[in-house]
Amino acid sequence: MKPLSGISPPNPRGLRRDPLWMRLHVDPWLLLLILVLATVAGFVLYSASSKNMGMVYRQGAHYAIGLAVMLFIAQLQPRLMERWLPPAYILSVLLLMAVLVVGTEAKGAQRWLRIPGVITFQPSEIMKLVMPMSVAWYLGRREMPPRFRHVCICLLIIFVPVVLILKQPDLGTTLLIAASGFFGLLLAGLRWRYILGALVLLVPGAVAMWFFVMHAYQKQRVLTLLNPESDPLGAGWNIIQSKAAIGSGGVFGKGWLQGTQSHLDFLPEGHTDFIIAVLAEEFGLVGVSLLMLVYLLVIARGLFITHHAQDAFSKLLAGSVTLTFFVYVFVNIGMVSGLLPVVGVPLPLISYGGTSLITLLAGFGILMSVHTHRKWMSQG
Amino acid sequence: MAKPIRIKDHLNEAGIVQRRIILAVLFILLLSGGLLARMFWLQVVQYEHHSTLSENNRVHVQPIPPSRGRIYDRNGVVLAENRPSFSLNITRERVPDLDATVTLVKELLELGDEDIEQLKRRLDQRRRPFEAVPVMFNLTEDQIARIAVNQFRLPGIEVQASFVRHYPQAEHFAHAVGYVGRINEREMERIDRVAYAGTHYIGKTGVERFYEDLLHGKVGYEEVETNARGRVLRVLKRTEPESGKDLTLHLDSRLQAVAEEALGARRGAIVAIEPQTGGVLAYVSQPSFDPNLFVTGISHKDYGALRDSIDQPLFNRVLRGHYPPGSTIKQIVALAGLEYGVTTRTARVYDPGFYQLPNNSHKYRNWNRYGDGWVDMKLAMARSNDTYFYDLAHKLGIDRMHEFMSQFGLGSRVSLDMFEESAGLMPSREWKRASRRQPWYPGETLITGIGQGYMLTTPLQLAHSTALIANRGVWKRPRLLAHADGVAPQETDTPPDVKLKNPDDWDFIIDTMEEVMHGERGTSRAAALGAPYRIAGKTGTAQVVAIAQGARYDSAALQERHRDHALYVGFAPADDPKIAVAVMVENGESGGRVAAPVARTLFDAWLLPEPDPEPEEDAPAEEDAAP
Repeated sequence: MKPLSGISPPNPRGLRRDPLWMRLHVDPWLLLLILVLATVAGFVLYSASSKNMGMVYRQGAHYAIGLAVMLFIAQLQPRLMERWLPPAYILSVLLLMAVLVVGTEAKGAQRWLRIPGVITFQPSEIMKLVMPMSVAWYLGRREMPPRFRHVCICLLIIFVPVVLILKQPDLGTTLLIAASGFFGLLLAGLRWRYILGALVLLVPGAVAMWFFVMHAYQKQRVLTLLNPESDPLGAGWNIIQSKAAIGSGGVFGKGWLQGTQSHLDFLPEGHTDFIIAVLAEEFGLVGVSLLMLVYLLVIARGLFITHHAQDAFSKLLAGSVTLTFFVYVFVNIGMVSGLLPVVGVPLPLISYGGTSLITLLAGFGILMSVHTHRKWMSQG
Repeated sequence: MAKPIRIKDHLNEAGIVQRRIILAVLFILLLSGGLLARMFWLQVVQYEHHSTLSENNRVHVQPIPPSRGRIYDRNGVVLAENRPSFSLNITRERVPDLDATVTLVKELLELGDEDIEQLKRRLDQRRRPFEAVPVMFNLTEDQIARIAVNQFRLPGIEVQASFVRHYPQAEHFAHAVGYVGRINEREMERIDRVAYAGTHYIGKTGVERFYEDLLHGKVGYEEVETNARGRVLRVLKRTEPESGKDLTLHLDSRLQAVAEEALGARRGAIVAIEPQTGGVLAYVSQPSFDPNLFVTGISHKDYGALRDSIDQPLFNRVLRGHYPPGSTIKQIVALAGLEYGVTTRTARVYDPGFYQLPNNSHKYRNWNRYGDGWVDMKLAMARSNDTYFYDLAHKLGIDRMHEFMSQFGLGSRVSLDMFEESAGLMPSREWKRASRRQPWYPGETLITGIGQGYMLTTPLQLAHSTALIANRGVWKRPRLLAHADGVAPQETDTPPDVKLKNPDDWDFIIDTMEEVMHGERGTSRAAALGAPYRIAGKTGTAQVVAIAQGARYDSAALQERHRDHALYVGFAPADDPKIAVAVMVENGESGGRVAAPVARTLFDAWLLPEPDPEPEEDAPAEEDAAP
């Protein structure tokens, strides 16, 4: 496609200027939904932290930074992201390697990189943004559905950072990043025979690993991960408590600030990964359903943007960012309610914590950029 | 490019993505429905269950510690067991006023300030909410009664029966079996906290430490419902703990007792190995200590006394004692000489009482300063002739000696399952350059040939190298564990067997070792008198203080602790080895007179059906006093 630069675009709605949000590169629907979630987060956090207003303010500050980052990214043209991509990918991979060599250790995992006096950050968070871009960049300039060779190279692009993050170890982030890469492949129309073929290979492969490669203690860890309730003193503790908290909420909940399970130190991580248990206890099934509704609206808007994106890169990028957002929601609620293994994935936009919030909002910045930098062109 | 240029079909691509988006929407709706169904299940269907749990009750998970595996000797004699003991537990959340309660406990049990300090330290340990922390152990019945009577004034405090490790053999196996102790902060960092929830002890040394994983077992748990005051209302779910494995060691407590008795009050170490299996039969490091003192925490006074004792009872001489091997490695040097062809079985060397390097006036003296005249290999072994071995070492050179002797495990860790074994030192040119930044001098080769100089070995290494000769070069790493509930320990990193160019040399060298014991000029023939079986052995004496050139060794003038160490290695029966022994007596002066009779007692105890009376000791022994 030849770009239409230099020619003023024909405006189907007459000669009026673009609307204000288009010029500011903001999507009002997404912004509205984010602000709704921010408000919910404030209330739930206040309760989960035992009325600690300081924590609410801090999260507010995180939101302010995140929104600023979002607005900044929204100003960048998708084309610009595309151009800077190969070096950005290589740099991110190098940073991930650096983490393994000179990273700072905390709680048994090595995730942080400290540049003394300047900044401390998690390179894996950068990869959360770079990964969907890389896959979109690679597949966007090739024919769709991708040919076998391209699928292989794409898998390589995905697996290098995934393995590096898995070694930190950080299971939750690994999952999210791998998902964002695979969504790019799937959206690009990865042929069904590859998908089925991978599944057919995966199952006997895993079985063989289980019986011939893994040590007893490794098997035990996998079993505990799959069934945390078999380990009630460790991983299962949180699940037993969070299930009791959620279940005791009933249909309408105990009311804001009235939760008991979450306020008696029974629920560790009550303000971070397990915050949905607090919400479910205090606002009941109704509250959880409304929250799910807001999340689904966010995802619907993301898919709408994907559908209207004009080139392959933008489509794949917007699509995988949106679907990854759903993975956050699904994995978090699934693990807290005891459906899925406990891997560290926060409840997006609600859980306390600055790092993942800023990355998530940056992702919304990408969606907004894709949506507001479209060129007018005749649709066939 | 030969390939045709592919033109992207944008319309088609938009269609592909659109179809996949529709698919994604379906998946998302399905999975979201699943989440809501799960919430419905928990919050509506199971509401009653969860709401009861949460209303006036609390769900707790209580760990049930596994019982630690016991340790037996080869005949089933108990070396380590678990005894019931009562501890005082505090659950902080249930104590309304901690300081007042602690003061009350102090008054009731008449505790000192030091006890209270220790109690508070234990209370500060990391724990999960509502976990009871044991703060005092081994409560007496009187103390239990006082707590029981005042229970109503002590909310959150309870007396709990638990098991505490006990070593019925006390000091006899302290060094081999080791002991357990309270888990300290450093170990907390290392262990899997979940696996040790409810466990308060961990192996600190010896078998207890090395086989911690086997002995510990698997933690069980109880999911209980308690009321707000902490009373257990009902058990929701219980998973039994899995006991640790019982270990059976190769050690023989009867032989151990014989060995300790033979060593008497002297300081030293004895190791007996069964050559076929590598199993350690006796493991004596004397003096020893009572490991029971360490289990629930040793007092400062007791510990200070053990640590500061000049006899170093806490020091594991078997594994970590570094001693010059003296003449007990001469058989290996002799084998090296045959292997590299620098000498023959019959080649003779003239001994005027000393040896001199060419163009050097320094005299390397034989222990017999009058000299033994012409000696061949067999006589040199029997007489432990130093001059012969100076000459042989000179012909071999340090590089070949290092290469050959290293194959016998000298200078490396040999054991399969012993905690913190020391590697000793088998010197080499490279070692000296790296550690001292000095070249290797020829004189140092000579004294290495008689097991002096830089060379250092542990008693375990000496016993092992002897067993290796008994096995004719087949490696069996020395091990304590025979089996854990029937499962033998895994052989790991076994070094390659020692292969000689001429395998007959094994028989010849064993002949020379028999000559030491049974030959008419053997240095240890007194110790072998009357034995109904043949012994192959070698005596040794290791110099503790260097003797100035020209001075003579005068034991009377030397402080007792500066006297030479007496050493002996040997195995029996020579033609069908059943036991290999290394004896080291600190400051025992004479290998032949002091160390060899100890070994003979062990041979008799192990090989003869009925323990024989003590071998006669009044026969004059020609002693080995090689430097």
